[in-house]
Amino acid sequence: MRRDGMVDVRNDRQFFQSEVMRLMDRLYGTALRLTGNSADAEDIVAEAVARAWEALPALRDRQAFGGWIQRILTNVYVSEWRRRRARPMTELPNESVPDGELEFSLFRRLHQPFLLWWGTPEHAFLNKLLRRDIERAFDALPEPYRAVMVLVEINGWSYSETAECLGLPIGTVRSRLARARGLLQRALWSWAKEAGVSAAAGPAPGRRLS
Amino acid sequence: MSPRPISCEEVLARLFAYLDGELRDVEQAEIDRHLEWCRDCFTRAEFERRLKARLAQAGRASPPERLRERLKLMMARF
Repeated sequence: MRRDGMVDVRNDRQFFQSEVMRLMDRLYGTALRLTGNSADAEDIVAEAVARAWEALPALRDRQAFGGWIQRILTNVYVSEWRRRRARPMTELPNESVPDGELEFSLFRRLHQPFLLWWGTPEHAFLNKLLRRDIERAFDALPEPYRAVMVLVEINGWSYSETAECLGLPIGTVRSRLARARGLLQRALWSWAKEAGVSAAAGPAPGRRLS
Repeated sequence: MSPRPISCEEVLARLFAYLDGELRDVEQAEIDRHLEWCRDCFTRAEFERRLKARLAQAGRASPPERLRERLKLMMARF
């Protein structure tokens, strides 16, 4: 039972500060993937923290803090993106998907049948894939595709949660996700070829892979 | 009742929805069952699952010190 208002505020503040600090890598990482640049990511995290503090009394289940503040942060990004672009996220200049993009599969490029699984090129590829390669591939996605990808792959949201947050029909989430995956895998593939990770190319000189 | 046998094409068409946890229980079970005996589809599914795990890691990044300081200052005023 709460008896002393001052103690409540102090407890709330301590809880809030320690949770924000604990979740900092996740909040900043998500914001960075959404915006693609540090300055915007920092502003979004700061805005999300300010909004979360204001809304804290409405959070009943303190165990849910992580998912709750992640949602606030994502909402800050979406409203900011809308404001800046002055157009809804539902509009894309060219939504139609060229077959090659949608169908692109890293696995098909890498996989060689009849090899034992522990020595396959696709597993070697995953082991040698650098964190920086993945970050670059995310950041290179056009913004609406990136947003869907971040909400599903990083936030771990369902298609319907993603659709609701972005104000999109669920079918559009599915098609953007498929296209985003194709584009991202194609980007990883081209860098893998440059770096000599793929089976087709020999090791490229001058780049350490692991 | 055991799940309906499905083809590799059906598995591949729904693989990402399966990995994203977007299928109904019965569809999920059909793919689970297929992956138990089809090595090609299992290999593909494992690759995509591991790639998804790597992508999820991109959502964590160490913030610059100035952001930590900014938030500490902001939260001290709460």
